Amino acid sequence: MKKMIVKKHPLAIRWFHWINFPVLGIMIWSGLLIYWANDVYRIGFGNFTLLKFFPQSFYEALHIERRLSEGMAYHFVFMWLFFLNGIAYVLYTLFSGEWRYLLPQRRSFKEAWQVLLHDLRIRKTAPPVKGKYNAAQRIAYSAIIVMGIGSILSGLAIYKPVQLGWLCSMMGGYKAARIIHFVLTIGYVLFFLVHIVQVILAGWNNFRAMITGFEVKKIKETPVAGETPPVTTEKSK
Amino acid sequence: MSHFFQTIFTANKKLNTDQLILKKTVLSFFFFFVLAGAAFWGWKWLRSRPSDSGKTSAPIRAVLNTNEKIFDGLLSDKHLTKEYPKSKAANPARVNGFLGLKTPFDSANWRMNVIKASGDTLKLTLDDIRKLPKVEITFNFKCIEGWSQITNWGGVRFADFVKAYGLTNETAMEYLGLSTPDKEYYVGIDMLSAMHPQTILCYELNGKPLPMEQGYPVRLIIPVKYGVKSLKRIGDMYFSNSRPPDYWADKKGYDYFSGL
Repeated sequence: MKKMIVKKHPLAIRWFHWINFPVLGIMIWSGLLIYWANDVYRIGFGNFTLLKFFPQSFYEALHIERRLSEGMAYHFVFMWLFFLNGIAYVLYTLFSGEWRYLLPQRRSFKEAWQVLLHDLRIRKTAPPVKGKYNAAQRIAYSAIIVMGIGSILSGLAIYKPVQLGWLCSMMGGYKAARIIHFVLTIGYVLFFLVHIVQVILAGWNNFRAMITGFEVKKIKETPVAGETPPVTTEKSK
Repeated sequence: MSHFFQTIFTANKKLNTDQLILKKTVLSFFFFFVLAGAAFWGWKWLRSRPSDSGKTSAPIRAVLNTNEKIFDGLLSDKHLTKEYPKSKAANPARVNGFLGLKTPFDSANWRMNVIKASGDTLKLTLDDIRKLPKVEITFNFKCIEGWSQITNWGGVRFADFVKAYGLTNETAMEYLGLSTPDKEYYVGIDMLSAMHPQTILCYELNGKPLPMEQGYPVRLIIPVKYGVKSLKRIGDMYFSNSRPPDYWADKKGYDYFSGL
């Protein structure tokens, strides 16, 4: 077996990814500080509540209470980083051609189920991966971009509902925009949990690529290769 | 160990694949942790900045003030709060906040003191305000806490009041300041927002005189701001080119502008 260094994630993508991680974390944290001041959302119907957003113990554990002004201040500072980093990521993806690896293909929607069943250990084989991401990843990573755009638009609609009244109406009004903004945030948290599990399951080689940019591929030794040094695709790109 | 460092500092060309993997991995993680450390240090620095008299530090306040400048550009008399039919208005309207209303109130002797630039003060009664043309607005009142409620208010458009009492020299200044008769609550408002056509000096809620807890006799209703700026029971009104004191911005660290 021979090892080969294969480029995976461009430097720019790694920067965008690792900037987004703490920035989104700060946005969610400061968002919680804001949400606490009017915490009206729940899952349930009538008088029955399955899940309240959020239980008192949750607020206490994370020291969320009575910090509305702090939450608003940090939210309206770090929104710029979230926005600019997101825009840079989308533009880079469009112009570098990376979007080709990201955008779901027609077969992705069918294959994503097979990936899911495989990952849940129900199906034995996963569909072959062409490019960097499997079908489920293509859908998830494209969806997260759409969600990001949704967060920015619904956020702006809540932030300036009068001056950007058209945007607020587009979001279904002030209250609806607030709900959209909240649900998307819950979406990020769920995404994050699945993402972490998948990264752990995928292993070191995959994780390392998000820091170093490359993966190590093992290839069968070709009989005629002789003593030539191992080929890296690094310069051939 | 010396092998390790030797590998790190050897040119890529002279390394075999395993060594190259090691070198690239170590260097990448090294820079990753240095940058992560720098980011963490930056966060700690930001969190340790001393707060102003509210709870907001100088760098945060600077960004909020920049936000104000950016979004101030959006503010225009043509951008109006959406209005609703009167039938949609909540009755009774939600009561929130008693700051400035806790001092015993002598309604017979109440006057709205309009402190003019010349130093003269207009002392206006409720009737002085009521005789001006009345407008009504039914809109989604938005509290800084996050709740909102469709409510119906009646009074005189602030811009009309300014014209009627000849206050155009005063409103050429940058800010409007308001305080309650007991001075316990006070706000500052940029003049562009104050002169917005939907800003009213309000004396009616749902077609009836304002209840005490809603700021009888006259309060401000300013739909282009969060409710904190809609001061109840106006005592003094004054004008200034510097920011008038503002309860929530000065004491509690909220954004001064708080515009919607």
